[in-house]
Amino acid sequence: MRIGVTVFPGSNCDRDALYGVERAGAEPVELWHADANLKGVDAVVVPGGFSYGDYLRPGAIARFAKVMGPLEEFAKSGGPVLGVCNGFQVLTEAHLLPGALLRNRSMRFVCTRVRTRVENTRTPWTSLFEPGDELTLPVAHNEGNYFADERTIAELEDEGRVVLRYLDNPNGSVNDIAGICNEGRNVVGLMPHPERASDPALGSAEGLKVFESVLRFAGVKV
Amino acid sequence: MNIQETYSSLGLSDFEYDRILELMGRAPNFLELSLLSVMWSEHCGYKNSRPLLGRFPNEGTRVLQGPGENAGVVEVGDGWALVFKMESHNHPSAVEPYEGAATGVGGIIRDVLAMGARPVALLNSLRFGPLDDERNRYLFREVVRGIGGYGNAIGVPTVGGEVEFARAYSGNPLVNAMCIGLVRSENLMRARAVGEGNLVILFGAKTGRDGIHGATFASDELSEESEEKRPNVQVGDPFAEKMLVECSLRLLEEGLIVSLQDLGAAGITSSASEMAAKGGVGIEIDAEKVPLREEGMEPWEIVISESQERMLAIVEPEKAGEVLKIAERYELVAAVVGRVTGHGDLRIMRGDEVAGTVSARHLADAPVYEREVLAPAYLEEARMLDLEELPGPRDYNSVLLSLLAHPNLCSRRPIYEQYDHQVGTDTVVLPGADAAVMRVKGTTRGFAATTDCRGRHCYLDPRGGGAAAVAEAYRNLSCVGAEPVALTDCLNFGSPEKPDAYYQLVACIEGVAEACEALGTPVVSGNVSLYNETEGESIYPTPTVGMVGVFEDVGRHATPGIKREGDALVLVGNFRPVLGGSDYLEIVHGRVAGAPPVPDLASEKAVSDTVRRAIAAGIVDTAHDLSGGGLAVALAEMALSGGIGAEAQLLPGGRQDAALFGEVGGCILVAVPEGRLGELEEHLEGVHYSRIGRTGGERVRVSALIDAGLDALGEAYERDLFERYAPEGGQIG
Repeated sequence: MRIGVTVFPGSNCDRDALYGVERAGAEPVELWHADANLKGVDAVVVPGGFSYGDYLRPGAIARFAKVMGPLEEFAKSGGPVLGVCNGFQVLTEAHLLPGALLRNRSMRFVCTRVRTRVENTRTPWTSLFEPGDELTLPVAHNEGNYFADERTIAELEDEGRVVLRYLDNPNGSVNDIAGICNEGRNVVGLMPHPERASDPALGSAEGLKVFESVLRFAGVKV
Repeated sequence: MNIQETYSSLGLSDFEYDRILELMGRAPNFLELSLLSVMWSEHCGYKNSRPLLGRFPNEGTRVLQGPGENAGVVEVGDGWALVFKMESHNHPSAVEPYEGAATGVGGIIRDVLAMGARPVALLNSLRFGPLDDERNRYLFREVVRGIGGYGNAIGVPTVGGEVEFARAYSGNPLVNAMCIGLVRSENLMRARAVGEGNLVILFGAKTGRDGIHGATFASDELSEESEEKRPNVQVGDPFAEKMLVECSLRLLEEGLIVSLQDLGAAGITSSASEMAAKGGVGIEIDAEKVPLREEGMEPWEIVISESQERMLAIVEPEKAGEVLKIAERYELVAAVVGRVTGHGDLRIMRGDEVAGTVSARHLADAPVYEREVLAPAYLEEARMLDLEELPGPRDYNSVLLSLLAHPNLCSRRPIYEQYDHQVGTDTVVLPGADAAVMRVKGTTRGFAATTDCRGRHCYLDPRGGGAAAVAEAYRNLSCVGAEPVALTDCLNFGSPEKPDAYYQLVACIEGVAEACEALGTPVVSGNVSLYNETEGESIYPTPTVGMVGVFEDVGRHATPGIKREGDALVLVGNFRPVLGGSDYLEIVHGRVAGAPPVPDLASEKAVSDTVRRAIAAGIVDTAHDLSGGGLAVALAEMALSGGIGAEAQLLPGGRQDAALFGEVGGCILVAVPEGRLGELEEHLEGVHYSRIGRTGGERVRVSALIDAGLDALGEAYERDLFERYAPEGGQIG
């Protein structure tokens, strides 16, 4: 299985995502922002970082990058897409996911490990988890405070589209939301960084299952 | 303005101007005078410190590059090398803390990049005045934000550092940033211009008027008027630097450049003249070819501008096209701005017209000042301490809690949580341990790094304090299990023109050098920051040490947190704590006085090496050195970090407050399972050690004096250093 990782100017978790994908057993493929070409990959990760310096608003400029055209088509046709941190912000800006990520309630950047609970295992990125599984995952963001209007939040909750919830909310996000998916459940956005918890040498491999899930989804034996 | 006013305003003395006349054999024009003034500033020319720096040992079996390049380089193993350097950005941070700190980080990253290495870790060492002052709180908050703002965006993890608060730094904070890079040894770059006819390509951001005369500003004392120099402080753009890093690494990977140099203080002038001087060639720069951010810039402004996020490359003419193409791919501005010549001069052109010419050798050859060394009068008085006058505490518990809650000893979590310390997926030990531990992907190897210095100690005993800074760094690396290899230093002092500060500089350098020799850790890079004063008062002498160590097997490391109930607590080292110069004395008794412990370097080495070998052998995974706050604070930190309590007995003899809170070098507390105590003792043969207690429970108890629950200790220790900014609702604005 081939998993693409988009690289925007200012992406800085692209190498980490490529590393995580490779550790899970997939073939990592770099997708350059200026090429309107997904190179035939089976899934796409939009990694963390500060695409375009976070200027204007995180993700606001990246959504207009050339690679986003085919990526949006891929997402709309059911292809598995995962946005992590800045990637999540890019996907909301591109309206592939609802809502927005506001500045942390503390108004400070926060880098720590938080406890989370898996809420929805019917997505390509969480299929190997059991509902209610608790994971400790790294977060590192300035704008991770998920927000949407009441109707959207109610919809997300009713349809079970909250994928991951904080047990210790680090940023003030509504309903402790750490990750959501789209209606088709193929597009997932997460604020925590599964790729940073993909190696026992760094203290945790709990996040590796996110990438292994998409392999199983694609029919690869994990 | 007459000529004397002109050169004085550029920071040159009468003596220096006469020397320029003598060297050039004619009067310089304004551009030439500008070039010389920035290159002969203390910041670039090391006029007052160069002869003293020769005292440092800088050779070692693992050293691949000592001082003289953009950064030092040591071998890790398996073909990998560590490139590292620490640099100060004190003056800019004093007037514009966010940008000052941010561009300090950006600058040190470019130094490491210029050696051909990928920057993989950042550390820092910070000093501020006490937080009861609003200006100090502002400087502290903004410096931390600036470091995070730059490092987080560029994606280089900030994995370690230190901060101290003392009155002596009020108004003159210290911001020392350290960067570590990784490179294959065979791909090391050096900043040496070679090959007459080769082209000079400037790439990165455009050049503007920012930071004109920044190097001269950095070499002056801070005063009320410094505020007016805010325009001298550069503005950073981490996004541009991220592109600069990726672009430079790509150019190196494709073998497209002959030599690479970053642009820092004194901009093009410094980069080009240093490259020319090292290569024994000349460089011609056409100011009209430099891509500009603003109109109407004069050639002298263009060549000394300190606009950030720029690099200079020497490129063979046939490869220039490819270099420009790659720069474009990374959305950077790039232009051929000059060429390497045979004449040995830095020649600035404006089209076909020569705007100025100065010999590259003369630019690199700032005059050197050696001054008389006089022991300061304050030393003897400050060291007097009559212990009889000091009452012992009535409540040892509350002393421990107040120490743990003090800004100099409390948790650094509120700081390091604002720094992305995990990006890059190589951080093995997270901040909060004695040293940062990183791995080298694809190998079993790793490295550790720490920054250390105790300003108060250096103030009370400059020579001992200098040695203690190196010893502490050596000990911290050993506590995590890394073999200390080499160090970079940032010498932060007051005005060398004042006898007290000059003495401190000389004595601290002597102490650092002595310790380097005794411990076998050479100085491979560094930086000097003098004139750190406000309104005539010097800072504490602060020779900050940034040391790196290596692991063969990074999986075998130790951290301070207690890991199991029932481990034996063993105190390794000759435990002779003293109250002189201690945190306890300052925090509880309000005194900065007495003689701090004199480092016993042979014992330091023996203790550290022993503990490190026990960690490498897989016997010890829990270790923490005794430092500020003494045994009681060290034990509390181990308990809090691991979430498991401990019980210890004081060794007999001496004052109880000294035993609990007094300070001592060369002592490490380790926790080891009972079943492995015998193995540990075999390792400890030949060094002092004693078993002082065991781990377990939810309290920290020491003899009958201390008995505190982890929750109470944690409440004191885990305070928010920024809390006093918080407006209503707990938000930080």
